[in-house]
Amino acid sequence: MNMLTDAAVEEKLQSASKPGVSKMVGKDVTVHYGEKQALFGVNLEVPEKQVMALIGPSGCGKSTFLRCLNRMNDTIDICRVGGSIMLDGEDIYDPRIDVVELRARVGMVFQKPNPFPKSIYENIAYGPRIHGLASKKSEFDEVVETSLQKAGLFNEVKDRLHEPGTGLSGGQQQRLCIARAIAVSPEVILMDEPCSALDPIATAKVEELIDELRENYTIVIVTHSMQQAARVSQRTAMFHLGNLVEEGPTDKMFTNPDDKRTQDYITGRFG
Amino acid sequence: MTPGILAIIVLVLTVAGYFLGRQRALALAKREGVRLHSLPSHYGQAVALFTAVPALLLMGAWLFLQPLLLENQVSSQIPDSVIPEGGARSLVMADVRRIADGMDRLVGSGGLNEDDLSSMRADFSNIRGRLAEVGVALGSDVEPAVFEAAKSYRSIAGTSTLLRNIAVIAVALGFGFLAWRQVRPAMRARNVSETFIRSLLIGSSLVAILTTFGIVTSLLFETIHFFRLYPASEFFFSTVWNPQFRGGSDLGVLPLLWGTFYVSFVALLLAVPIGLMIAIYLAEYSGKALRSFAKPAIEILAGIPTIVYGLFALITVGPFLRDWIAQPLGLGSSSSSVLTAGLVMGIMLIPFVSSLSDDVINAVPQAMRDGSYGLGATQSETIRKVIMPAALPGIVGAILLAASRAIGETMIVVMGAGAAARLGLNPLEAMTTVTVKIVSQLTGDTEFASPETLVAFALGLTLFVFTLGLNILALYIVRKYREQYE
Amino acid sequence: MTDLTAMPAVVDSQSRSLFKRGERTRRRHAAEKRFRMIGLAAVIFGILALFGLLGSILNNGASSFRQTYITLDIHLDPAKLDKTGDRDPEALRKLTTFSYQPLIKMALDALVEGKGVSVEGLTSKDLEGMISKEAPAELRRFVLAHPSRIGETVTFAFLADGRIDGYYKGRVTMATAELDRNVTPEQLRLADKLKDAGVLATRFNWSFLTAPDASDTRPEAAGLGVAILGSAYMMLIVLVLSLPIGVAASIYLEEFAPRNRLTDVIEVNIANLAAVPSIVFGILGLAVFINYAGLPQSAPIVGGLVLTLMTLPTIIIATRAALKAVPPSIREAALGVGASKMQAIFHHVLPLAAPGILTGTIIGLAQALGETAPLLLIGMVAFVREFPAAPPGGFFDPASALPVQVYNWTQRGDPAFIERASGAIIVLLVFLIIMNLGAIFLRRRFERRW
Repeated sequence: MNMLTDAAVEEKLQSASKPGVSKMVGKDVTVHYGEKQALFGVNLEVPEKQVMALIGPSGCGKSTFLRCLNRMNDTIDICRVGGSIMLDGEDIYDPRIDVVELRARVGMVFQKPNPFPKSIYENIAYGPRIHGLASKKSEFDEVVETSLQKAGLFNEVKDRLHEPGTGLSGGQQQRLCIARAIAVSPEVILMDEPCSALDPIATAKVEELIDELRENYTIVIVTHSMQQAARVSQRTAMFHLGNLVEEGPTDKMFTNPDDKRTQDYITGRFG
Repeated sequence: MTPGILAIIVLVLTVAGYFLGRQRALALAKREGVRLHSLPSHYGQAVALFTAVPALLLMGAWLFLQPLLLENQVSSQIPDSVIPEGGARSLVMADVRRIADGMDRLVGSGGLNEDDLSSMRADFSNIRGRLAEVGVALGSDVEPAVFEAAKSYRSIAGTSTLLRNIAVIAVALGFGFLAWRQVRPAMRARNVSETFIRSLLIGSSLVAILTTFGIVTSLLFETIHFFRLYPASEFFFSTVWNPQFRGGSDLGVLPLLWGTFYVSFVALLLAVPIGLMIAIYLAEYSGKALRSFAKPAIEILAGIPTIVYGLFALITVGPFLRDWIAQPLGLGSSSSSVLTAGLVMGIMLIPFVSSLSDDVINAVPQAMRDGSYGLGATQSETIRKVIMPAALPGIVGAILLAASRAIGETMIVVMGAGAAARLGLNPLEAMTTVTVKIVSQLTGDTEFASPETLVAFALGLTLFVFTLGLNILALYIVRKYREQYE
Repeated sequence: MTDLTAMPAVVDSQSRSLFKRGERTRRRHAAEKRFRMIGLAAVIFGILALFGLLGSILNNGASSFRQTYITLDIHLDPAKLDKTGDRDPEALRKLTTFSYQPLIKMALDALVEGKGVSVEGLTSKDLEGMISKEAPAELRRFVLAHPSRIGETVTFAFLADGRIDGYYKGRVTMATAELDRNVTPEQLRLADKLKDAGVLATRFNWSFLTAPDASDTRPEAAGLGVAILGSAYMMLIVLVLSLPIGVAASIYLEEFAPRNRLTDVIEVNIANLAAVPSIVFGILGLAVFINYAGLPQSAPIVGGLVLTLMTLPTIIIATRAALKAVPPSIREAALGVGASKMQAIFHHVLPLAAPGILTGTIIGLAQALGETAPLLLIGMVAFVREFPAAPPGGFFDPASALPVQVYNWTQRGDPAFIERASGAIIVLLVFLIIMNLGAIFLRRRFERRW
């Protein structure tokens, strides 16, 4: 906090509801795709340096909510977002906000691995390059190496850093995408069903990685797999038909949920 | 009997065959009290196809081969003595054909009967005058040997035409009759006619191969002819292009190739960045309203014939560049110049580049964009650093295709680039291209068998090889690129 | 498995406020804005180029649809036209246009005298020069068609000379007339007076669309009749040949062709033919159809054949796309009720693909209509004044074609021909617009989404 004179920072201090506990706070978040409403007033707090899992049947709005957290929905023309979402007490939908900087702080990993058709090295270096986080070759080398190490991929690819990222296996590609997101040192990493396109062994590796990343990053993950939610997350939020059904510690959600719908979903009665 | 009338006769026989075949099938089925294997119309079709197709094929082959055989027959009758110094046998043959044609007209107009004609002698009668009456102008008086050759040309041609007519009608009747005889209720008429139609379909698709074959042989044949008259090394390596009416021409292709590449380069320099930026802007940025107006407007540019661009170069762009740029800067005084042709051709290529790039850009998966936006890249960073590199092979393919069109473009350079073969760097000077010279050498008054005319075929072959190479390369690159995302 | 402490804190993220834009972000946004502007500028350039192109042609060519006429009462003097008095057509035909010139001169003199519009310094040669050189020929045609009217006085609206016409279209001014050998300021002054007297008028020029071409010295009489007819003949030939062959080839390639080398060769051939420069097709036409097969030069049949070969790839590509768009379920349904493959295609698939095929055909024809270069090589650039006969014989008569006529006119000396050329382009573009609108209409009206 070295810019206390700034009005915006004042605002931030006042509105931070649970400083150091909640990284992001969504209040009455609504989303419309054209005429169709996809989210109906969701209130959800994302705790800092924990993994939060968003679960629920298909089309329940969990991915929509996730994409609101770094304004990826902006890329869809017909999408309108209402309510407010705070990052460290600052409203990310404020017109003065720069989405480019927001996304540097709230990174995203997608359902299908989407490495750029460039070398592994360039895939990682892309983010730091556009954000100006490194300028010398040695700095880039360092960022690439540490990011790959954090993503647990370095040993597998260190001899072929300059080969295309598209040549890796699916699981390696997804970890490359995670490394790519880490390279811009975000505070929050959003993961949209990161393992849905992977086989069980690759899935296990990614889950292991997520668990390690929790130490330094706040993670929000959308998943269809109850087991995955149970394995990797500390808190779980259950969505249904565009509403947040309930939110709580993962242990409690899986053993003793408050809402019957959650119980039904977790036990596989619908979804 | 002209081929047209012959074709009509065959068609009449075909229609008759259809009804006869159909009727025979119905009659036989009724008499024998059995069911037909196929619909009655299939029997008709089978007979009709057998009547028409072999006869028409024979007619086509005859029309194609007759000139060749006739030429060989008659040309051997012409003694070398009547071939003028420096001229060619083919020129004399052209005279022979014209005289024969004139004789036909004379007979047709009633000015002469066949007996008169056969007793007519070139040494005694005023053949040139008689022919002029029916509108056949000859350059000089007719040599007796040539006249005799013309007479025999005419009689062989007449016999051949008669034989052709008889043969074609006989084939139509013969095959038609055989097919008609085959008609009986158990005949699998549908299968017969379908097999036949299928071979017609195959035949149609072979037209493409025939066309390519025709292009390659006609170019190669005349090019070889040209290289017999003019040394190939001079053609490929001489830097002077200076055709003369009376022989002794310099026909070096280098200045023409230079002009072609210079104009194409200027055109691509304009069209590639603008076309690319249009594709990017319309695909990634523009609002609905602008896109729904700008996209068709730019596509209209692609539908405008090149003669319109040529006229635009001639009356607007050329004078503008001359009066506002070339003359004030003292760089030239000609309204046709490399820049004129290049700019106008660039405008012509813009829609070509932009629509190809549009396809290519849209083929880049949305996941690539999401990945980049998710890292906090701006839209232009995403386009420049992710989409463009991903689309690069496709865009290179598009540029190669555009280059191939630029090299082969004719009207814009004919009307905008000028006719002076020159190896220079000044873009405000007139230069000329391969296509311009093909037009000027083939529409001039020089005789056909001279190197000055035949060089056009060598130029055509050069052009064909260049554009074909570029196209094959471009299609290969684009196909590889598509596979990458499929 | 990983070394978490190795990560350098490049930027202390906690110190960043989203409201605080860094210098670098500002620069990045400026770059973004620049990039956008460049894109917008490119789009605007493209649109301006279109308008510049069309505007320049319209601006230069619109006036060719209007032409200046001078109304004259001509006394068809029997003493000059028919000395024997027996109206013998043979004798009348022997009179050349030179014998008609004096009649026009007399009528002009009478007109100037009658209206009292004489201009000082105007020679009698200047006076004659006001009327197109086409006028005596027109007069002669009239007399040959109506010999019985010799002796009467008939009113004619003759074309004014191209320079006089140019005066009313802004191409010729008093200043340029001083320098021009072909026109004098006196002629222009007289023209103004004749206009005031109602004798000279500028009006719509049908003969631009119907008349044949005219020689270098009479641009005012040049028309597009032969060119339009020649183009129409060629389009007919292209349609009749390329549609059946193209559709047959597409059906084979799309529905029957086995995956083998021959099919590959055909496919590669079609793709390459679509990109062969048009002038190469002209060389093919010259070498094969004219030199080898002995077809006549400048004839629509040769042009039609060459354009057919050029159009085939377009039609084949469009037809294959249309056939491909018909879902396999239609074929399966037909086959399921026992139709043969041929029947399934001809009874069901082809009718459904017909709108797409027609659209492609129209677009192919539109391309062929505007094609110039190959036609130059097969001699269609020749000066043709005679209308070709009715088909099929007329296919072998010399004719011109619209785009070639444009080129032809641009090669002439008189600047009035530039106006004609631009006017001819307008006619060409109108045809193209009609064809393309037809294609769009077909697509909208019959397009099906499966």
